[in-house]
Amino acid sequence: MTILDLSEQALRSVNAELQSLNGTQSNAEYEIINPRGSHALAVGLNAPIAVKIAGSTGYYCAGMNKHATVQVAGSVGPGVAENMMSGMVVVDGDASQYAGATGHGGLLVVRGNASSRCGISMKGIDIVVQGDIGHMSAFMAQKGNLVVLGDAGDALGDSLYEARLFVRGSVASLGTDCIEKEMRQEHIDLLNDLLARAGVDADPAEFRRYGSARQLYNFHIDNAQAY
Amino acid sequence: MKDHDTGTPRTEPRQSATFSNDINAEIRRAAATGIYDIRGGGAKRKVPHFDDLLFLGASISRYPLEGYREKCETAVTLGTRFASKPIELAIPITIAGMSFGSLSGPAKEALGRGASMAGTSTTTGDGGMTEEERGHSDKLVYQYLPSRYGMNPDDLRRADAIEIVVGQGAKPGGGGMLLGQKITERVAGMRDLPVGIDQRSACRHPDWTGPDDLEIKILELREITGWEKPIYIKIGGARPYYDTTLAVKAGADVVVLDGMQGGTAATQDVFIEHVGQPTLACIRPAVKALQDMGMHREVQLVVSGGIRTGADVAKALALGADAVSIGSAALIALGDNDPKWEKEYNALGTTAGAYDDWHEGRDPAGITTQDPELMARLDPIAAGRRLRNYLNVLTLEAQTIARACGKSHVHNLEPEDLCALTVEAAAMAGVPLAGTDWIPGRGGY
Amino acid sequence: MCGIVGLFLKDSTLEPDLGAMLTAMLVTMTDRGPDSAGIAIYSEDSAKPFKITVQSLDPATDFPALSDRIAKLTGAPAQLLEKGSHAVIALAKSAADTVLTMIRSDFPELRIMSQGNRIEIFKETGLPEKVAAEFSVAAMHGTHGIGHTRMATESAVTTLGAHPFSTGSDQCLVHNGSLSNHNSLRRKLVRDGMHFETENDSEVAAAYLTRRMQGGDNLGGALQAGLDDLDGFYTFVVGTETGFGVLRDPIACKPAVMAETDRFVAFGSEYRALVDLPGIKDARVWEPQPAKVYFWER
Repeated sequence: MTILDLSEQALRSVNAELQSLNGTQSNAEYEIINPRGSHALAVGLNAPIAVKIAGSTGYYCAGMNKHATVQVAGSVGPGVAENMMSGMVVVDGDASQYAGATGHGGLLVVRGNASSRCGISMKGIDIVVQGDIGHMSAFMAQKGNLVVLGDAGDALGDSLYEARLFVRGSVASLGTDCIEKEMRQEHIDLLNDLLARAGVDADPAEFRRYGSARQLYNFHIDNAQAY
Repeated sequence: MKDHDTGTPRTEPRQSATFSNDINAEIRRAAATGIYDIRGGGAKRKVPHFDDLLFLGASISRYPLEGYREKCETAVTLGTRFASKPIELAIPITIAGMSFGSLSGPAKEALGRGASMAGTSTTTGDGGMTEEERGHSDKLVYQYLPSRYGMNPDDLRRADAIEIVVGQGAKPGGGGMLLGQKITERVAGMRDLPVGIDQRSACRHPDWTGPDDLEIKILELREITGWEKPIYIKIGGARPYYDTTLAVKAGADVVVLDGMQGGTAATQDVFIEHVGQPTLACIRPAVKALQDMGMHREVQLVVSGGIRTGADVAKALALGADAVSIGSAALIALGDNDPKWEKEYNALGTTAGAYDDWHEGRDPAGITTQDPELMARLDPIAAGRRLRNYLNVLTLEAQTIARACGKSHVHNLEPEDLCALTVEAAAMAGVPLAGTDWIPGRGGY
Repeated sequence: MCGIVGLFLKDSTLEPDLGAMLTAMLVTMTDRGPDSAGIAIYSEDSAKPFKITVQSLDPATDFPALSDRIAKLTGAPAQLLEKGSHAVIALAKSAADTVLTMIRSDFPELRIMSQGNRIEIFKETGLPEKVAAEFSVAAMHGTHGIGHTRMATESAVTTLGAHPFSTGSDQCLVHNGSLSNHNSLRRKLVRDGMHFETENDSEVAAAYLTRRMQGGDNLGGALQAGLDDLDGFYTFVVGTETGFGVLRDPIACKPAVMAETDRFVAFGSEYRALVDLPGIKDARVWEPQPAKVYFWER
């Protein structure tokens, strides 16, 4: 375990050290201390290393992550794991706006709440939020799965494409073209797997599934007011 | 005309200037379909442009350089502010961002081939980076767009520069629209969308809003790419003074400014024709913003939107740009709207030169399409050569003008080398009306 | 486009440290707003029943002259505490209107930053660290305060263009975002008799709230009405004599983080601004909801 201290080392040198293993199979372990809300921490990683961040971070923590496992023992600012490709990011506290935005793959777990636009434009990432999520979450979400153990804010899944949304609590309102769908066995199985990988103990049967009504997929004049 | 019965004179039939045939046809089209017109390209209306400017040339008070013997340099380096690996170009003309999806794979390859031969860069678009493009472009600028289609860190790292797209001249403040016909399996796969559905791109970035957030976004992109690559910010011609200022404050290495004649793959005609300022009107405010911050030539300015000739290039540079960028002109050089396909254009209800329904994917020239048969019409090697030739001509023309003005580098052209033919152009470009020392509108923006 | 910090103390033992805490928070927001910075600080001080803060380009000449004029006008020596380009005049509330009228007519070169029972506003162009040092903000005590770092968008980088904006007694507003209908709204407010010092969109928001409160709304009601009348993107933090309020627009893109403990309520545009607050590790930290009015009062 290598300790990187942000009160002594510049952000650039911390990230450069983590990125120096990019392209390797290294599973080295790092702990970053004194993050103090720093932005762009542990971004652009591309190796199966494990990074623990002892404290809260700012914007874009673990942005564009590939292969690495990043755990934040605190809360994160906007855009955690944005555009993640693979690997795993775990936030022990809360996540601000845009958690997992445009992510292509990997698993993002938020143990606390995520605020607005969680999973915006997601393109294949899996996101598990143990608390609540804010408004406009999964806006234009294309692919992947968003699992919420708490409640969802307004306009969930607005202009949704093929992403699947599972919410255990209440949904304040559904966005345009987002509807509740039947929970079939395949969805129970999928949820079981996601919850297990996220280390969350919950019964898949308690969730409701939401998805795209696919009414906006090809322009139709009767839907014009929805644009 | 006379009344045949009585012989008394009658009024001639008279078309309304307000309700012209074009307008009436559009009203009938709207009434029949219930949807706005979507098309490609840039503004078609006439606006004050580079044609309204003239160079003064050398005389007794200024001495020209000899053509072909005395050197006139054209090289430009983009991204000298923060990037450890700035982009060095042989000519001050780059290829603007055009997406794979909107263009075919061979068309992207042809752009890469032509630009590389001419010593300049190409730019990806809304849809990710293709092998055709990366493989054939010596220098490739990777666009970072609101949709983030195909965005991935590997392509980010193998790009030569990153262009954060805030806006486009054709539609400042607007998102994209690619209709289902062009979302083939390959395009859909790259964009993580189902095949054949309409693609609606967002107008705002999903994870930042405003210059204070943009500064942090730039930090992230620099941290991911080791502070090597220049970060460009592309803005539409909306409020060029403020937007240039804020792009620089947020940390841009290069500002790309696209006026309203700049093209788009597809958007609402009402957007293209009615939102944004003409290219000519955008340059001086942007240059003033850079000068006010002491950043002119430190942060490079690339101007696009209606660049067609070497004279346009020279005029943009004289007004203070470091380089220009071409999109529509490059497509025409490849073979877009060529009259040799006139019969097929007629079959589509249009004519060569006017074809702009690029989003429908039926381009007879095989450029703005994903149809395999049509695509096969474009030979990327021959088309690349045409683009190289065209870029060479633009460069030679710009050099010719620069030499005539006594400049050994095209960047030494200045606004004082120009005069304007119209009051409008004089006001917009901030140069005197020909034959006078009058610059209308001096005294603020 | 900017950084905002705010602190509302519940525990009076923290009051001597308010300025120091606010300064540290402000300086962390430098990247969000390098053009200018300002703070509004609210304190109770029986020696100063009413306070007017003024700013001058030439304090050496203006402040002694002002001091003399106030003494003549009120018949008592003026209490005028100079801090950099600013000075705080302390006087009896009954004399306030006379003195304000005199300053406006006889000292047009002075800018009135704020006036009220508790508020003092200090703001200048330059980096937050420089601005905070110029006014010795770290040494100030108080019950609550709001700070702002500005990255100017369209209006000029000037002292008056810096935040906070104060358009009413003991009122102030700071803003992160960009309004889209402020020009029309400014014209309407001018017809209603409001006065503007700048072309800044945020000043319009401040004047709008003041106008609503003049019309009988409380701050909560004024903010609620603002949701209908103010278009664009905004996170506002608003100060009054007794507390502060927070409002984000319905789209809520601009960042906002709040923290609350038994001892304080804090606001930051980013979590970084809050990291040094006492007991932050155990604080309740959350993001204010869109289109929801938050208000804390003493």
